[in-house]
Formats: sequence, C-alpha cells, structure tokens
Amino acid sequence: MQVNSGLAIEAGNLSYGYGGVSALKDVGFVLREGEYLAVIGPNGGGKTTLIKLLLGILEPTSGFVRIHGRPASDRRARLDVGYVPQRVSSEAAEFPATVREIVESGRTPRRRAFSRRSAADREAVDHALETLEIADLSDRTIGSLSGGQRQRAFIARAVAGEPRILILDEPTVGVDHSAQEAFRQFLTHANREHGMTIVFVTHDVEFVSREATSVLCLNHSLVCHGRPGEYLKEDFLVRLYGREVKLVEHEHHDGHGHV
Amino acid sequence: MTDTAMFEIFRYDFLVRGLVASLTVAVLAPSIGMFLVVRRQAFLADTLAHVSLAGVAAGLLFSFNPVAGAIGASLLAAILIEKLRLKQGFFGESSLSLILSGSLALAVIMIGLARSLGASLFSYLFGSVTTVGRFDVGVILALGATVLTVVFVGYRQFFLVSLDEELALSGGLRAQGFNLLLTALSGLTIALSLRIVGALLVGALMVIPVLAASRFGMGFRRTHLLAAALSVFSVLIGFFLSYALDLAAGGTIVGVAILIFLAALLFGRR
Repeated sequence: MQVNSGLAIEAGNLSYGYGGVSALKDVGFVLREGEYLAVIGPNGGGKTTLIKLLLGILEPTSGFVRIHGRPASDRRARLDVGYVPQRVSSEAAEFPATVREIVESGRTPRRRAFSRRSAADREAVDHALETLEIADLSDRTIGSLSGGQRQRAFIARAVAGEPRILILDEPTVGVDHSAQEAFRQFLTHANREHGMTIVFVTHDVEFVSREATSVLCLNHSLVCHGRPGEYLKEDFLVRLYGREVKLVEHEHHDGHGHV
Repeated sequence: MTDTAMFEIFRYDFLVRGLVASLTVAVLAPSIGMFLVVRRQAFLADTLAHVSLAGVAAGLLFSFNPVAGAIGASLLAAILIEKLRLKQGFFGESSLSLILSGSLALAVIMIGLARSLGASLFSYLFGSVTTVGRFDVGVILALGATVLTVVFVGYRQFFLVSLDEELALSGGLRAQGFNLLLTALSGLTIALSLRIVGALLVGALMVIPVLAASRFGMGFRRTHLLAAALSVFSVLIGFFLSYALDLAAGGTIVGVAILIFLAALLFGRR
C-alpha cells in the first residue's frame, strides 16, 4: 500500500450506527500533517463516535479511515496515534497506580510481551514526565493528585508512546480552569513547535477560533470543515447546535467562549 | 501454639501437602484477584466459584475427577460471561447473577440425584486442606505455575486493559482476548482453590488481601506484591491456627484475612 506522507488522517464516506440507529452518516475529510483540528458539535452529535472510528476502536459500517495512508486498524497506524479519553482522568482516581506506572503504560503497545524495559522506553517516559512538568509527581499515586495533575499524567501517557497524532476527546471533566488553560497551552506548543498533528474535541469555541488551524462541525453528518474564522459565527453555531447558543465568558482577561 | 505444635505439622505428609497446596493458592488468588478488584469485577469470583461447584458435582456424579470438572465448567462459564458482557442489553453484572444461580441450581439437582456424594461435595464447598492428595498437589502446583507465568508474561497488557479498555484498544491491543484470558485464569484459579478454602470462601481470598493492600496508597505493582504477601501470611497463620485449635482451615484462613483487612483499615494511609 502506498503511504502518503503529507496526509495524517483520511476519512471517506464514514458511517456508523448503534443498534440500527445512525450515529454518524457519510462523513469525509482529510487532515494534513501538522494541522490542529477542533471537532465541535452538540452532545450526541457523533463526536465521540468519530474519535473511536479514527482510533480503530469501532469498525465503520461503511467507509474508511486511513492514518498516514494505512487502515486505522493497522498496528503501525495505532502506534502513530496517542489518545486521551474523555473521562479517564476522573474515573481512574481510584485505580491504585503511580503516575510513572500510568505513563509507562503508554509504551505497552510498542513493547513485546516479556521484553525488558529498553533505554528508549525509559527515555520516552522521562521525557513525557518532564514535558508535562510532572516529573516530581512520578512516584505519587494518581488518586492523590488534583484533577488537573491527573489529566497531565494521562496526556504524558499518550506522549510517552511518541505519537505523530494526538487525539483528545475533551479530557477536561473535573479539571479546574487554570489547569485547562495550561493544558491548552501545551497542545498549542506541541503543535506549533513540534509539528504534532492534533485532533481535539471541545465545546470551547473561542479557544478553537484562536488556536485551531481547522474546525470540523458534526451533527450526525458533517456540517462544516474549514478554517475556524469561516464558521465560528453565532448564526452558524445556532444552526449547528439547533438551539440558541450562549457564549459564556470566562473570568480571566482573555475570555473564552463556551457553547 | 507452641513451637513443638508448629513443627509437629511437618511430621505428617498429609499436612505438608495441605500446606504446600495452601501456599500455592495463597499466591495465586490475589494475583488474579488484583485485576478483578481494580476492574470492579469482584463478583465474578463468586460466580465462577459456584460454577466450579456444579463441575465438581458433575464429576462426583458421573465418576470423573471433580477438579477437572470444576476447571472445565469454569472455563466454559468464562467464555459465556465474556460473550454476555459484550452483548448489549444484558444489564452488566445481572448476567453474572444469572449464571451463579443457574449453576448452583444444577449443582443442587446433581447432589439430589446422587445422595451419597454429599460428604465429598462438602469438602469442595467449605474446603478440606487435610484431604488434599499427592495428585491434587501436583495439579495445583503445575496449573498454578502456568497461571502465574501467564500473568507475569502479560502483566503490562493486563494492567492497561484493567486501567481502561479503550486506551488498550486504541493502542492496538486485543482487549477482548485479554479479558477472556483473565476470566479464564480466574476460573482456573478458583477451581484450584476449591479444596483449600472451598467454593463459598474462595472469592474472599481473591479479594480481601487486595482490599487490605490497597489501603496503603501504593502503586500497582507494590499493592499487588503486598496483597500476595498478606494472603500468604493469612494462609500460614490460618493453617497453623486451624491445626492447633482444631478449626476448619478455610474459615480460619479467611477469618485471619478479614482481621488483617480491619487492621489495614485502621492503620492504612488512605
């Protein structure tokens, strides 16, 4: 199979249904390497389904997903993608593991069973801990951390796998505002300085218009895909969300808008 | 208990066999139980224990090795449980309740059909350390070593699947395969533990040392090792106490484990 180096993700005619009910219909888009894509849309509009299809967790009922030219289910395609799920950082609070154990688990897909931890594994884990500024927390259990610190541990887990694409399904549940801001700064830095391709599901429209290079709007089917400035206007958002949109200003000076 | 009483045990072959089998089970039970507890599947252990009992009853009724019956029944149930878990609309743990009651009903019917097997079945229900034969010890050691080897080899994968199935899947791990393997290993561990603590208490030995160890707020590997150590301690103390005070071994072992858990509750960090 030919590997197209310029394209990070290709999705074509993508459909998926749960028990006969269509969750996603005929979605197609292309994401180039180094892009920062924000996925927006109403709850239940198929955002998480799309993410699971991109990750190869779900098999599409029709259509295809390619990661760097390879099918999403291909093992090498999986190793290219780092994933931070929606609720894991809050649900994992009771899981008895240290931050280092969590971050090390990001290397598991790259390692053979029974293999010893290599120097590269150790280096990648240390680097991820330092990048997310949690090296001093590495021996703490995740249950003893704040929501924001736990979130950083799970992002470090994804980073430790040395992915070329980072997919985040709005992992902000139970995370305070300043931690969210630090997390978004990290994403922007990873994208701009290291060329990491990012797919980020969010409701934070103001942030999208400021940081993302492209936006994808979903409401069971593809409503828009393009530059944020073209679509993130109030009348368009009203049509997308199907109701009156409330833009909520944050308290700090550079105010974000949430829908 | 005096030193003489303790060493007296080693003069009897049947007690040494019982101790070796008990210590093997002591390591085995929390090694698997750790994964069940963090996945909130502790009830799975009780379900598989009742299924094993039906296998034992079948073995006694149709004259084949009861432990083989227990192993076969629990492996079949492991496959059924995983299939039901994946099927939507089965209300999660309710399917376990269904399998637990169903297999217990089957066991009761088989006991009724062959009234004379009551006494033998009793030893699998409540455990009977002193009647563990040479062959039983061999089977427990060989299969126990197999279970531990699989856990050791797949430790990182079991950890990731237990932490979050979607994270495992997104990394290309065959989470369903690991789930099935873990349920099958649970069934095997339970079948091997029946003669030691009995079907009614095996779940306790898998879960209680893990709960006690997790009170100390440590990482996964350390909690796992401490759980195994606490389980071995419970079995040793319970074994010697039951001998010295002429108590039922299974109940005494689990009783000691519960006391350790209470101590951990009082003195643990969390």
